[in-house]
Amino acid sequence: MPQNEHIELHQKRYGYRLDHHERKRKKEARAAKERSRKARRLIGLPGKLYAQKLHKEKILMKKTIAMHEEKDKKRRLDDGQPQNAVPAYLLERDQADRAKVLSNTIKQKRKEKAGKWEVPLPKVRPISEQEMFSVIHTGKRRKKQWKRMITKVTFVGPSFTRKPPKYERFIQPTGLRMKKAHVTHPELQATFCLDIIGIKKNPNGPMYTSLGVVTKGTIIEVNVSELGLVTPGGKVVWGKYAQVTNNPENDGCINAVLLV
Amino acid sequence: MADRPAKARKVAASSSSPSANVIVQFESEDGVAAGPQLDVPAEVTTPQLETLLNGILSNEHKVPYSFQVGGLELAAPLGDHLRQHAASVEAALKIVYRPQAVFRVRPISRCTASLAGHSEAVLSVSFSPDGKHLASGSGDCTVRFWDLDTQTPLKTGQGHTNWVLAVAWSPDARLLATGDMDGKVWLWTADTGEPLGLCKGHQKWISSIAWEPAHLAYPSQRFCTGSKDCTIRVFDARTRRCQLTLSNQSKAITCVTWGGDGAIYSSSRDTTISVWDSKDGHLLSCLRGHAHWANTLAISSEYALRTGPFDHTGSAPEDAEGARKAAEERYKEATSSRPERLVSGSDDHTMMLWQPSSSNKPIARLTGHHQLINQVRFSPDGRWIISASFDKSVKLWDGMNGNFVASFYGHVGPVFQVSWSSDSRLFVSGSKDSTLKVWDMKSRKLKVELPGHSDEVFSVDWSPDGGSVASGGKDKVLKLWRH
Repeated sequence: MPQNEHIELHQKRYGYRLDHHERKRKKEARAAKERSRKARRLIGLPGKLYAQKLHKEKILMKKTIAMHEEKDKKRRLDDGQPQNAVPAYLLERDQADRAKVLSNTIKQKRKEKAGKWEVPLPKVRPISEQEMFSVIHTGKRRKKQWKRMITKVTFVGPSFTRKPPKYERFIQPTGLRMKKAHVTHPELQATFCLDIIGIKKNPNGPMYTSLGVVTKGTIIEVNVSELGLVTPGGKVVWGKYAQVTNNPENDGCINAVLLV
Repeated sequence: MADRPAKARKVAASSSSPSANVIVQFESEDGVAAGPQLDVPAEVTTPQLETLLNGILSNEHKVPYSFQVGGLELAAPLGDHLRQHAASVEAALKIVYRPQAVFRVRPISRCTASLAGHSEAVLSVSFSPDGKHLASGSGDCTVRFWDLDTQTPLKTGQGHTNWVLAVAWSPDARLLATGDMDGKVWLWTADTGEPLGLCKGHQKWISSIAWEPAHLAYPSQRFCTGSKDCTIRVFDARTRRCQLTLSNQSKAITCVTWGGDGAIYSSSRDTTISVWDSKDGHLLSCLRGHAHWANTLAISSEYALRTGPFDHTGSAPEDAEGARKAAEERYKEATSSRPERLVSGSDDHTMMLWQPSSSNKPIARLTGHHQLINQVRFSPDGRWIISASFDKSVKLWDGMNGNFVASFYGHVGPVFQVSWSSDSRLFVSGSKDSTLKVWDMKSRKLKVELPGHSDEVFSVDWSPDGGSVASGGKDKVLKLWRH
């Protein structure tokens, strides 16, 4: 028995004090008031920390309630028909169950010509040059300031080689280069990790497009060949466009939505 | 020719040394010589040989023939063929002739109708043996009958409680049996699409249905069903009772067929193929050899058995006895009094050719596919086998000895089903890549490519009268294709 449990030991030996349960009930009844008073009265950093604590507790409680609700929910017995009927020869074959991806290359091409897409994120926050680049001081006296480092995620092709440092105006840091994107198919509600083929358009300007900068709202081309999409004519689709939906420089990954 | 240099002429003359004349001997497939040895010029073409042979055999009506020299199809003029394959002309050249269908099915080229109606994927499509009715089973638990003349829906058959997986017409074209995911089998009348009744017995899903051939029973009465519950049941269509229950296989039955000599063949996922006596249901033999699931079966007379008494125009004698006789005649013609051959396709990427009446060892093991084989089909004349595989190709094999003949590449997704035209000159394949493709047997090439479906094509059937092809798939529409 641990040494510090002397109260429990005492209670075991001599029983509770006579008003123990009364006191306990009152304390519990007071607790909520105590909490709310604390939340009202505390200011400054203790106040912030306390608010944070309450917030966390609330989230936890909500999650627990949701889990219980899920457990108690009466579901309709779906022994009947699973969706997406398959013929007898495909039953129990473990094929990737996908609703269809109706790709239409002709439409996509037409859009390309117009240079306009109906995209999930129609407007993006303009990014200033100061935010996009950081100035690098060069020269013996560190007084030349023509070099820039890109502070956003970039994509460079597989055959990319840097320019010689003497002429390299824009540095694309290797730590911020990415090759893969997590692309969500809006109809399937499924996400795939796909290779990026290229940057189609960065809404902040053609210069960023040519530099391969990936910011929120950028249209990228991804390799969808492993999804097994086929055109109505029976050809395999391999490149499709997707729009970036997160801020990759903050998150460390690229999330995108496929433009169907 | 006169202006060609002398040297070139000489070379041409020497290289075409078998040019001048070739001594040929016509032979039937059975090795019976037809007529005397003939001295023919080397530039003789196939139509000319055909005329010659028709004269020799003194055929009343001109019959089209295909010719084979040394096991290879004769496509070019004879001299060119000999030069290409460096065949010797020292001995008399044996030309094996094979009669072909006197009618010709025109290749389908366009989609004439997209029939919407099903609210789920179309899982099975089947033309009736006379080519006048079309039925489709779908994931929306209905069977639909379609009017082929107006290309409109005729009747919706309701009764199933789950996906309708298998659809089979009786060879007398009066009844339709459909099996579903719950193991129920419904019977329908062909003309009106009215439900006749329910056959119960199976516990799990029905994978395939086969009717008793018309020359054994006319009008059709019995059919057998293979199911996931590892049994095969033989039902009586009139009483809707289960007559026999056949079981010795330990996994799901994938395919059943009813042979012309009264045997029932069943392939199972436990890799075996069982042969049953349809009279009392005892096991005749068990064919072992596959290393993985046996997926599909085909017998050499399957087309004659399917169409029963109906010829290529869809007409049959009116009276029952006459129709039975006609069916028997067609069956005999199809098998030409040889025992039936059976071909099975498997998940172990091979197929096997069997002659179940004589041996339970395979005649040949057909290797070449890189993926599982989903369907095999014997040609209507019983000479060829085609196999549809998940390796995106269709392969052609000799139906007699199982030799590999040709591959048909073109699909970009797994090929699910194939279907022959009734003259054995064309076949159509449907694939996961949402296209149908028509292939030509003579040139061994793609004839027509038919995009149109917007999703996987699950089922394809070429009507026995040759006029149209029906296909259905995941995009819920049934499409009709015609010339």
